[in-house]
Amino acid sequence: MSSSVEAGVPPEILAQYEPVIGLEVHVQLATRTKIFCACPTSFGAQPNSNVCPVCLGLPGALPVLNRQAVEMAIRAALALNCEVRQRSIFARKNYFYPDLPKGYQISQYDQPLAEHGSIEISLDGGKKRIGITRVHLEDDAGKSMHEGFKDSDRYSYVDLNRSGTPLIEIVSEPDMRSSDEAYAYLTDLKQVMQYIEVSSCDMEKGHLRCDANVSVRRRGADRFGTKAEVKNLNSFRFLKLALDHEIQRQIAILESGGQVMQETRLFNVATGETVGMRSKEHAHDYRYFPEPDLLPLRTSDAWRNRIREETPELPARKRERFASEYGIREYDAQVLTLTRAAAEYFEKAAAASGDPRTTANWVTGDLMGLLRAAGKDISESPVRAEDLGGLVRMIARGEVTGKLAKEILAKMFTSGESARAVMAREGLEQISDAGALEKIVEEVIANNPKQVAQYKAGKAAVLGFLVGQVMKASRGQANPSMVNEVLRAKLG
Amino acid sequence: MQVENLTIDSVREGLARRAFSAVELATEALRFAGAENGKTNALLEICGERALAAARRVDAGIAAGEPPGPLAGVPVAVKDVILTGGVRTTAGSRLLANYNPPYDATAVIRLEQAGGVIIGKANCDEFAMGSSTENSAFGPVRNPVALDRVPGGSSGGSAASVAQGTSVVALGSDTGGSIRQPASFCGVVGVTPTYGRVSRYGLIAFASSLDHIGPFARNVKDAARLLGVIAGRDPADSTSAAAPVPDYLSQLDAGVSGLRIGLPVEYFKGLASETGDLIAKGIEVLGRLGCKVREISLPATEYAIACYYIIATAEASSNLARFDGVRYTCRSPESGTLSEMYRNTRGEGFGAECKRRIMLGTYVLSAGYYDAYYLKAQRVRHLIAQDFQRALAEVDALVTPVSPFPAFKLGEKLADPLEMYLSDIYTITCDLAGIPGLSVPCGRTAQGLPVGMQILAKHFDEPLMFRLAHAFEQAGGVEG
Repeated sequence: MSSSVEAGVPPEILAQYEPVIGLEVHVQLATRTKIFCACPTSFGAQPNSNVCPVCLGLPGALPVLNRQAVEMAIRAALALNCEVRQRSIFARKNYFYPDLPKGYQISQYDQPLAEHGSIEISLDGGKKRIGITRVHLEDDAGKSMHEGFKDSDRYSYVDLNRSGTPLIEIVSEPDMRSSDEAYAYLTDLKQVMQYIEVSSCDMEKGHLRCDANVSVRRRGADRFGTKAEVKNLNSFRFLKLALDHEIQRQIAILESGGQVMQETRLFNVATGETVGMRSKEHAHDYRYFPEPDLLPLRTSDAWRNRIREETPELPARKRERFASEYGIREYDAQVLTLTRAAAEYFEKAAAASGDPRTTANWVTGDLMGLLRAAGKDISESPVRAEDLGGLVRMIARGEVTGKLAKEILAKMFTSGESARAVMAREGLEQISDAGALEKIVEEVIANNPKQVAQYKAGKAAVLGFLVGQVMKASRGQANPSMVNEVLRAKLG
Repeated sequence: MQVENLTIDSVREGLARRAFSAVELATEALRFAGAENGKTNALLEICGERALAAARRVDAGIAAGEPPGPLAGVPVAVKDVILTGGVRTTAGSRLLANYNPPYDATAVIRLEQAGGVIIGKANCDEFAMGSSTENSAFGPVRNPVALDRVPGGSSGGSAASVAQGTSVVALGSDTGGSIRQPASFCGVVGVTPTYGRVSRYGLIAFASSLDHIGPFARNVKDAARLLGVIAGRDPADSTSAAAPVPDYLSQLDAGVSGLRIGLPVEYFKGLASETGDLIAKGIEVLGRLGCKVREISLPATEYAIACYYIIATAEASSNLARFDGVRYTCRSPESGTLSEMYRNTRGEGFGAECKRRIMLGTYVLSAGYYDAYYLKAQRVRHLIAQDFQRALAEVDALVTPVSPFPAFKLGEKLADPLEMYLSDIYTITCDLAGIPGLSVPCGRTAQGLPVGMQILAKHFDEPLMFRLAHAFEQAGGVEG
């Protein structure tokens, strides 16, 4: 099926169909060592250097479960509102592949770590609950390299550094009805995983991988259509492109009187199309059976409860709290809760300033602008949260004007100093000395005879202009309330 | 010194009174093995360098006044499914014909730390699959008692080496009887410990939930001493037991008067052979020693063979998947595609018995068959374990034959794999239940072929098992 056919599906036909999407997401856990051995999980080492008999799958080697991996998986499962089973079972998933050194993956099958969860995703038109079928633990395979070697025409190479890296697989219910919903689900899922610090979710490094089950049905139909599994959706953009393509492809088939085949399809990044990989008849029979080298995994109530208690506030709840507790706009709340680091920065700065709403504006506006320009994350901000709070407090007290504050913030960003330190160094401290102010005021009166005359003729609004002139002449450093006072006195 | 007659006690005594040094003993043991091994093919590799290095460490320790380890200087053979770092470990397979593992099995580390001197690697059925050691890619082992007969299997090389005298004790592995059956065929003591008692780390897996490492010896005391060395929790094996290891020697002579012995009726049906007669005599000896003998029933026994050959082959099909031509030195040349490389390498590399079991195991795990075979077999396994639990609540130990017949002739049963499978009937239930079992010599047939008596005990009740076997042995066993 070529793309020209699908491109021909008119929007009014597309609108007659409802896509049904479920996602299977693999998340690499941020443990220091691998799931069944003590080898480091670090990225970018020399090929086949972070390996031992266990992750090489050597004869005689046996797996020993990494407690930290289980703890992180439980944290993830609880954050997704899953029920964590008291007893779960590891199972072998058998298949042949050169980068799978044992000839099987150690995964979980009929008794996974956790089940029956859900996540609420944010959509333009509101919120939607997406069911989580299961969360289970497994080990990753190595990497096959088919290109880049002088004998790549005849040989493939295998790097087993990644072999044994801990993964969780998060399987959703078929609850999504558009590529946008799938996009939103993956976005929110990634945010939650990052919040609870179980994964960096760096898609470029393969820390977050996504496969989709897609089918379409006529709107109003109660049964699902035949689904295709689409693999290799390893960026948010590809996810959307691939789903849109696959949805159109299936609709085009049905519109032309055909039937969708149950099969596995691969998204081709170059063409933007999905391509058939293997049909149902050729589907792997993984011959799952309980892994005899590992005991059943038991999680005690105490353990689960402790992890639950230690789980930080999740983004959705934090958003609501920011809006209600601090009275900040919903959009700002969303920006400020994008990452845990941003939220923590804001709360610290707000505490220092005593004015959360103004603080929110400064964080989402000027500070984030500076960070973007410098290519820095908020966790690396040269301006400490307390110092930004201090600056906002000075604005609120009228000690600096907003305009000057912007200049000061830029200098704080460069030097890492507090606002007061920058002002002292740059001679930017406020002029509150009556003598000095009087001098400036006198100059302004002398230079603006027309406006002075208007004021004296009863046009009180002109005072604002004159105050502005004084501020300008003082390069913003004059204490604004004192300026008012002195001007009025001089103008008599 | 005559190495073929040594025991651990006589080695200890010889070293203590400076009759010989560990290096002298190792040198003589290596010489003897080099001269005699050709008769049986029990050892695939004689590791002189490693043996002498171990012996030198023992001598240095003695010279420094350190107390010698429990196995100080003792020549040991290690079944070739147990990894010895830097020493070729083949599992009896062409696929590993040149495989030099990079690490030692935990049991190997422990036995060398105890002063043991590994003389050689013992021949075995390929990947421990077989009951005669005729499935080795490197030629069959001959029974030293009767050279035209098999030594049993799969640990036939370990049993034959101990019987022949090329080692004093040996390590074997047992998945369905692979220690006890060759021990009985060769007239030595063989022990299958409780599952989890000895770490499996470094044992090339056949069927992980059934695999055990255990000792061979020329007497019960040596077997008990060797088990004491290799037993105990190993953090590298999640299935190894945390239970402390008792001193297996301290209770050996505690006597057996009053012990309750059960004879499972299912194991004696139709056993009207010389084997049956010898076991009956053995039971009489136990009676004279004061044991109270009675019949009991293990009703699930009739399903044991089917259950075993489903679970064992299922696990084996998965465990052997890694031998795919990508690693381990054996890859079929002339393969155009990945799929051809897999098929050619495995087709050429595995022997017939391994292929048979891989196919059986793949079949029983396949979609649509899993519930009918694997799952049902797991339920049967549970019933078999319950049988033993009930029986061993009423009696202290069970006594049975090890094999329906003594050592058979080379080639005699090769044509009928099913008959070979059925001969495992008395030994596999112990592995399925995870309880300890032992084979102790129980006389010889008119032709002079050894017969072994099996003693089974509760989980972790090796002390009682050893005590009973030791008393039987000290009483002279069965003449014949």
